Amino acid sequence: MQFDNLADFFAMGGYALYVWLSFGVSLLALLWIVLDSAATHKKLLKTAQSEQARQARIDAARKAKPINSESEQAGS
Amino acid sequence: MWKWLHPYAKPERAYQLCVTLQPYFLWPGILCLVIGSIWGLAFAPQDYQQGDSFRIIYIHVPSAILSMSTYTAMAVAALVGIVWQWRTAFMAMIAMAPIGAVVTFIALFTGAAWGKPMWGAWWVWDARLTSELILLFLYLGVIALYGAFEDKQQAGKAAGVMALVGVVNVPIIHYSVEWWNTLHQGATISKFDKPSIAPEMLWPLLIALLGLALFIAAVTVMRMKNEIIRREYHRPWVKALAAQALGDNHAV
Repeated sequence: MQFDNLADFFAMGGYALYVWLSFGVSLLALLWIVLDSAATHKKLLKTAQSEQARQARIDAARKAKPINSESEQAGS
Repeated sequence: MWKWLHPYAKPERAYQLCVTLQPYFLWPGILCLVIGSIWGLAFAPQDYQQGDSFRIIYIHVPSAILSMSTYTAMAVAALVGIVWQWRTAFMAMIAMAPIGAVVTFIALFTGAAWGKPMWGAWWVWDARLTSELILLFLYLGVIALYGAFEDKQQAGKAAGVMALVGVVNVPIIHYSVEWWNTLHQGATISKFDKPSIAPEMLWPLLIALLGLALFIAAVTVMRMKNEIIRREYHRPWVKALAAQALGDNHAV
């Protein structure tokens, strides 16, 4: 260790503001990008699930009323 | 010769590859970043001129070097996408852009926080600083252009061309300290010569560099996974994946 005690370490030879500002902002930026990526992943999986459930409901509704859909096709 | 590579153009295979690689990039990356930072902050010797302010080097130099490497990697992905029409290549390109922008921001921010005590100014319009700022705008431009198109194949092509054109800035950043009289100092380690830094200071720097590189790779594969799902969300394999992932979370 280059510093005699913990207080010296945090003082950074008088450059505390600049050193800790640099390391702090960098840590926050890296943390943000990794958390954002993970949150987007979860959101996308949920969207995929609800979207596919919706599609399944549409398909089921179509199958349940074959006469209607046929008459619609005939009418169009 | 390159045939083994072709299955990875398929999104599902590419996704599986990302899942496999992610832990190998993320955890060693974080470990190296922690070791490099602690070593650099507490154990590396003081600089005889700059005192303890030089410790900013342990994030400034890795982020500055890797902001350029990430841009180059992004441009290679864009080239592959444009020439061979790989959809997954454009996904890799847009996966790299945000982390590249963050790393460029870190390089600029830590540079400012280092410039203030050493040069007396947060910012100067020096060739090195200005070209690095342009790099940040290029990243943001690629992200914005990609987002502006509804059709993502079109978006990939447009943003890809921009990424390729912007590559001209990378050598400009690297050689700016030689071509112009800059306040910014010359290269210390990224040159074809012995590094002009003491080994006790160099080792933590190299570890931090490796750590950040692995971290960037980890974020890239994370975002690549997201891009694949975004484009394939109606496919059965994504449905199975969502059921498994979200089901597991509910169980916990």
